[in-house]
Amino acid sequence: MKFSIFRFNPDTDTTPRMQEYEVEVSRGMMLRDALMEIKRQDESFSFRHSCGEGVCGSDGVNANGRNVLGCITQVADLKEPIVVRPMPGRPVIRDLVVDMSQFYQQYRAVKPYLIRKDSLPEQEILQSPEQRDKLDGLYECIMCGCCSTSCPSFWWNPDKFHGPQALLQAWRFLADSRDQATDERLDALEGPYKLFRCHTIMNCVDVCPKNLNPTKAIGHIKELMLKHAI
Amino acid sequence: MTLARRHFDALIIGAGGAGLNAALQLANANLRVAVVSKVFPTRSHTVAAQGGVNAALANVQPDNWHWHMFDTVKGSDYLGDQDAIEFMCREAIPTVYELEHNGVPFSRLDNGRIYQRAFGGQSQNFGGAQAARTCAAADRTGHAILHTLYQQNIRARTHFFDEYFAIDLISDDEGAILGALILEMETGEPLLIESKTTLLATGGCGQVFRTTSNAHINTGDGMAMALRAGVPLMDMEFFQFHPTGIAGKGMLITEGVRGEGGYLVNKDGERFMERYAPNAKDLASRDVVSRAIVTEVKEGRGVGPNADHVLLKVDHLGEDIVSKRLPGIRESSKIFAGIDPVVEPIPVFPTAHYVMGGIPTDRYGRVVAPIQKGPEEVVPGLYAAGECACVSVHGANRLGGNSLLDILVFGRAAGQDIIKYLDENPNHRPMSEAGVEKAVARLNRWDKRGEGLSVREVRDEFRKVMEDHAGVFRTDEIMSEGVAKVKEIRAKLADVRLTDHSSVFNTARVEALELENMVDIGMSIVLSALERKESRGAHSRPDYPERDDNNWLKHSLYTLEGDQMDFKPVHTKPLTVEPFPPKPRVY
Repeated sequence: MKFSIFRFNPDTDTTPRMQEYEVEVSRGMMLRDALMEIKRQDESFSFRHSCGEGVCGSDGVNANGRNVLGCITQVADLKEPIVVRPMPGRPVIRDLVVDMSQFYQQYRAVKPYLIRKDSLPEQEILQSPEQRDKLDGLYECIMCGCCSTSCPSFWWNPDKFHGPQALLQAWRFLADSRDQATDERLDALEGPYKLFRCHTIMNCVDVCPKNLNPTKAIGHIKELMLKHAI
Repeated sequence: MTLARRHFDALIIGAGGAGLNAALQLANANLRVAVVSKVFPTRSHTVAAQGGVNAALANVQPDNWHWHMFDTVKGSDYLGDQDAIEFMCREAIPTVYELEHNGVPFSRLDNGRIYQRAFGGQSQNFGGAQAARTCAAADRTGHAILHTLYQQNIRARTHFFDEYFAIDLISDDEGAILGALILEMETGEPLLIESKTTLLATGGCGQVFRTTSNAHINTGDGMAMALRAGVPLMDMEFFQFHPTGIAGKGMLITEGVRGEGGYLVNKDGERFMERYAPNAKDLASRDVVSRAIVTEVKEGRGVGPNADHVLLKVDHLGEDIVSKRLPGIRESSKIFAGIDPVVEPIPVFPTAHYVMGGIPTDRYGRVVAPIQKGPEEVVPGLYAAGECACVSVHGANRLGGNSLLDILVFGRAAGQDIIKYLDENPNHRPMSEAGVEKAVARLNRWDKRGEGLSVREVRDEFRKVMEDHAGVFRTDEIMSEGVAKVKEIRAKLADVRLTDHSSVFNTARVEALELENMVDIGMSIVLSALERKESRGAHSRPDYPERDDNNWLKHSLYTLEGDQMDFKPVHTKPLTVEPFPPKPRVY
């Protein structure tokens, strides 16, 4: 099968180029397997990957125009030639490796950790199964960046708009019955950019390899804000 | 070239559960702590742990830490150190509560308490009825824990060096560890971290085998660094093959599947574990189940066109249980095996999973080595925790759910002991420039140009040799050949050349450094396995089929220099309770 791969090495290249590779495809082969095969042919090709089973979130790439996780994307499901580029909107470091620092900064900005004000019990903080169910579809995020780097609002304002990934995590803590910082969290999301740059384009929902729904989470935050305002 | 230098109280190499839990203790104590990781922290392989973490909370069934201790000692085939095991099983309970307080989204019971499931090798009342001791966040417990610990470190303002590869430890003439030389992958620039203490928390080395549940990053870098610093590796012959990897691929299917009621069948549809472990059946210890599967296939009762695997049946549990308790497994089965376990059984075969051995430490995480006075002298300034370390709490075989526990308890303990050490040793020792030069030379070696072997071909050959010669069943003949082949491969390393010498994000160079690490570890595995002439836990020798407590109730130590093997006694005395003397191990 033919692959066309985005290549850029700042040591040697002045502009990016597309390079063609031929890979023998086996049954059940994932895009990551194909990229590893390309690296076997050409050790100068760089991309991030690790667990190979869709949980570490290292190998987000753009294949045939769509952000995917390489290790859980069947090559057979992609149209030939398979065009693989870095995730869009981020500065390219080399080949498929992009600079994710703004994405991580936005994550940090939502204070993605449980905040308790009461003193802690000796044993676990109790939580009913129904309360715990509210975290399903939120805590599973693997921070691959497929969502935020497919979001036009994040492309234009990556320094000011939190982006779908960070907002999903903002809701993950707002939705946790154990968290005691609702007011501060909501106050911190005020203003025209951080939350409200989401225009429900829903690319995030479309591409999330874990089938999570950041747009819905953003909607929940807005509802809660409204409730608090009244 | 002048080398950039940074100074810290504590350097932690590796950002999985052990490294991050240690970092959290140190950052909370307002110390200057640097966490160096070759991947962004949440990519660390702790993220892939599925089933859960053991603690005798007794939320579902009666339980106490002493029963947990008994199960762990028995599971270790009596090779685990009983003082360390007692410490771990006692600490398990506050450790899990602390995690919960930090925000881990554990699954819950109707009364609001943490959900616990049954796992292999767990019993009530010292070998009685099945216990339910594994605290779970669905089947994504490792993910939930790793993300929570990273989040708490963000709160505590830990200093992270993300995507920096550790080249080598720096030691002085007295053997004290002074920090490490690391490589910034984005720029290709080396950086010297001078640190009063260094914790190795680099995880496992499953990549030495061709078929493994381990991630691409699990190349045993910390273990190899310890070896090069003159520290031996302990009990490396004990490598766990997890019974249920997806056949032909190696991705893990958690033991929690069997804990929730799944079971194994052969081509005749026979529930064969009843023959091998009449009481515990499918929830016997992992070494027992792996050997049973390999034996079934060897004797012609395997499934599939090549009769090379068995089946894990789940469909009888119903869609509700599978979706609620095992959602990740359902997803993985669909993606990698092309089947929905709600309808069809999952094809499985043992996969290289976990190294019980590692860098020898005491229960405070301090690295101990035979230096001058006896086998357990503390190496000044050096700590190790997690899979790269060997305390030893797993002995010859680790129980499911004890791995997350190990990294959390001993990561925490190491952090606490570092705080104490820094109190008594507040100053940096003088840097050893000779030590720095050695580490720089290791990096610069890869600048050599010209014709040579490629990293890829040597790595492929090596991983195949390890699979063929250090698998589930080992004889003198197989192992001797393995040692000879690994020696040949080690000699070839000098002829390996890179074609890519660029500086920015050069993953070829990183893979070359990882290959060197893996070959040294491979040697420790095959040599230790050849040496141990008995069958114990995961180390199974058809030519020495019995456990031999008279001659082999001892830890093995492999030293890089001269490929030397040495031994030291097992700690058979617990801290406060009566010892568990070795008994025949039946499930």
